[in-house]
Amino acid sequence: MSKGYQAGVKEYRETYWEPHYTPKDSDILACFKITPQPGVPREEAAAAVAAESSTGTWTTVWTDLLTDLDYYKGRAYAIEDVPGDDESYYAFVAYPMGLFEEGSVVNVFTSLVGNVFGFKAVRALRLEDVRFPLWFVTTCDGPPHGIFVERDKLDKYGRPLLGCTLKPKLGLSAKNYGRACYEALRGGLDFTKDDENINSQPFMRWRDRFLYIQDAIDKAEAETGEKKGHYMNVTAPNVEEMYKRAEYAKELNARIIMSDYLTLGWAAHSSLSKWCRDNGILLHVHRAMHAVIDRHPKHGINFRVLTKLLRLLGGDHLHSGTVVGKLEGDRAATLGWIDQMRERYVKEDRERGIFFDQDWGQMPGLFPVASGGIHVWHMPALVSIFGDDACLQFGGGTLGHPWGNAAGAAANRVALEACVQARNEGRELEKEGKDILTNAAKHSPELKAAMETWKEIKFEFDTVDKLDVAHR
Amino acid sequence: MSDIQDYGSRLSDASSRKLGTFSYLPAMTDEEIRKQIQYIVDKGWNPAIEHVEPEHAGDTYWYMWKLPMFGETDVDRILAEIEACKKANPGHHVRLIGYDNYRQTQGTAMLVYRAEIPV
Repeated sequence: MSKGYQAGVKEYRETYWEPHYTPKDSDILACFKITPQPGVPREEAAAAVAAESSTGTWTTVWTDLLTDLDYYKGRAYAIEDVPGDDESYYAFVAYPMGLFEEGSVVNVFTSLVGNVFGFKAVRALRLEDVRFPLWFVTTCDGPPHGIFVERDKLDKYGRPLLGCTLKPKLGLSAKNYGRACYEALRGGLDFTKDDENINSQPFMRWRDRFLYIQDAIDKAEAETGEKKGHYMNVTAPNVEEMYKRAEYAKELNARIIMSDYLTLGWAAHSSLSKWCRDNGILLHVHRAMHAVIDRHPKHGINFRVLTKLLRLLGGDHLHSGTVVGKLEGDRAATLGWIDQMRERYVKEDRERGIFFDQDWGQMPGLFPVASGGIHVWHMPALVSIFGDDACLQFGGGTLGHPWGNAAGAAANRVALEACVQARNEGRELEKEGKDILTNAAKHSPELKAAMETWKEIKFEFDTVDKLDVAHR
Repeated sequence: MSDIQDYGSRLSDASSRKLGTFSYLPAMTDEEIRKQIQYIVDKGWNPAIEHVEPEHAGDTYWYMWKLPMFGETDVDRILAEIEACKKANPGHHVRLIGYDNYRQTQGTAMLVYRAEIPV
């Protein structure tokens, strides 16, 4: 009976810790940051995470012997120190391709972060990064259109796109809301946006909103001769309602709609993304709820993983953080996940928190969206950090202009174009920003007024979720 | 309220019509256009020229002037082609494109001559 069935509890590391394993190109790889319970050895906790996120259960069962467990198991294959942290460490786990349903982000994460995060042997657990093998990438639908198709559809090249979230978040009537949209678009923005929690409340039902908004877009387009859009949020209590709203947006010839992918749910979001590709409508994606999952440095899922999975699920825009505004985000880490949105191949780069090479194959990239707490004075830094393939969204920074939305929009558009022109001429934006804006304001009273309004505003809170670096 | 300036965009005023990147800035001088051409060349993009009657500026396809100047890096020759296009098509808008064949998109596109627009 030496190779036979023996009931009881085995140590996880006997089966799931394989330090000599060489990961295969077809494996899904994950990097977890483990904070173990006191007294649990590193290898045992790492092996336990590998086991509980793949085939394992707490005790041996006889049906283990009816399958090739050695193939199906996840393996912890490496452990590394977390720089500047004695308590936690990184564990690298490889999962064989046969564990997962093709094209199902839902299935992958139900395994990887399913039960294991409540597991007793670990005090806290954070999924830092996931390497999706090319076979998995090619079985996912990806962005409905991608950056370059969006540029062609909108006829906008050589600069970042400009947007604005309409405010106040809640409480405007549909007709007044449409007014806010019209003013911002005629002033020179490419997009306006529904806030994430604008759905279909009693003060403004979705159908009324869509109708007035499209009226606003049509007039602003006729007036400026440029193509414009408003992210019509079709996030709804159920998928039937979601589709109904999306179909109506299409009927109105809307160019772009919007989803809150975390609260809507991944499966529903993925269906909406497929619908967008089928119907030629762009899809803007908001990340409401992400901080619940990604903010704590020792527990949860890093936003770079939420970024990767959204590119696989599908979306043409995704909020990324601004680096310079009022919201969370360390510059290097933000640049790291922006790369995951836009590039074809991203190399491992610990300086940016990227633990694995990631090959995106031919899957299109999507626009990162920088939104929240930014205004014209941030423009030089934003153009420098994000480059052209980004959407910069100034909410208060447009609507808070002393002369109103159109002037606020024009100020931002002038500032943006002045920065792009200067960059193309080889000037250093972050150093010469003030000169560039001051000079542009000579021809734009709107920009001049904006610069006088916001000169003093600064956001200098320390970020909570910093990259792990030795800083003792 | 007297400090507030009205935003003067009008359906009835043709000068309210914008034409893409840089159209919110004053028209570029020859020297400034030269710098933008240099940028396109330095990026390794292929310059191309398009033109159209102002009343058809919203069309997806403008008229292509000859063919894109594949591999052209001489700023003066590119400027000369812009001039030649302008001369042969009086009253047309003229724009300059930098084709990025690696990413299969236009790396940039900008108006280099804005014609009179009828309302």
